[in-house]
Amino acid sequence: MSFFSFFLGEKKKTASLAKERLQIILAHERVGRNPAQRDYLPDLQRELIAVISKYIQINPNDIKVNLERQDNLEVLEVKIELPEKAAASAV
Amino acid sequence: MARIIVVTSGKGGVGKTTTSASFATGLAMRGHKTAVIDFDVGLRNLDLIMGCERRVVYDFINVIQGEANLNQALIKDKQVEQLYVLAASQTRDKDALTQEGVERVLTDLGNMGFEYIVCDSPAGIETGALMAMHFADDALVVTNPEVSSVRDSDRILGMLSSKTRRAMTGAEPIKEHLLITRYNPLRVNQGQMLSLQDIQDILRIPLIGVIPESEAVLQASNQGVPAVHMEGSDVAEAYKDVIDRFMGQEKPLRFTEPPKQSLLKRLFGGR
Repeated sequence: MSFFSFFLGEKKKTASLAKERLQIILAHERVGRNPAQRDYLPDLQRELIAVISKYIQINPNDIKVNLERQDNLEVLEVKIELPEKAAASAV
Repeated sequence: MARIIVVTSGKGGVGKTTTSASFATGLAMRGHKTAVIDFDVGLRNLDLIMGCERRVVYDFINVIQGEANLNQALIKDKQVEQLYVLAASQTRDKDALTQEGVERVLTDLGNMGFEYIVCDSPAGIETGALMAMHFADDALVVTNPEVSSVRDSDRILGMLSSKTRRAMTGAEPIKEHLLITRYNPLRVNQGQMLSLQDIQDILRIPLIGVIPESEAVLQASNQGVPAVHMEGSDVAEAYKDVIDRFMGQEKPLRFTEPPKQSLLKRLFGGR
């Protein structure tokens, strides 16, 4: 730091901000890029149908698997709609 | 078999062509038969940086399309034995760059006894960039200490590990090397520029060298001389270290700390 810049006000230290911003955006972009992480959803759906079908008669279309990402949070949503008769007999 | 090295970055203007020229020249200066190929069809510049722009008769696309053979198109460097330049076409569109054509040229170069083939990638992620990286064994990922360059390098790393021949055939992955260029240690110390540690933390690939920001690079390109020839300059020394490390030597980093300043300069805020 120079004698004069001390009085004129030091320039802002922006490098740490750059690093932080990059780490956040790249973490986000890398997830979308990696096919191994995206591809397991159809398999998951198929296996869920197989397991549930062992106990309850369901239509494969009644299972919805969805993965949502918000910032650092991932939400895996599995929605299973039971047919009315099966629901009644399961109780 | 020749070892194929792609010099890539995603972003433009970070020093790919400067690096390709100096890296290829440095390999040839050590006695290795080396070819450097410009993949930037339509916007060729490697010839200017290498200082052979007036000797381009046939180019890479001419060879791919069978209008000339490699011996006619390869331009022999005037200063370094064993160094040859293959210019890009200035006129044709980049669709002329086919995967089969590129593979044939690379194979032929290997059969001609070339030990190293340096592929100077264009900026972007279009055909030219994909073709430059497709057959690579090694990749020099040229990155400036600046957010957009780091982000684009990350994108390119993703492509190297998914869209190249080695990735698609399940062979041993391309060896990735991080090369940081236009580095200004003084600004890093002042907290105004990403440090080499920051960039490594983010990109997570091994560092092969740091090229300091220097006026010698412009001086070199003005004259059509690869920067590695700028005797006594920090840039030339830094590039020579990169070659040594590429050849497997251990070399400590240089030019990554600001030069010592006099008391007077420090007092008055010299740069």
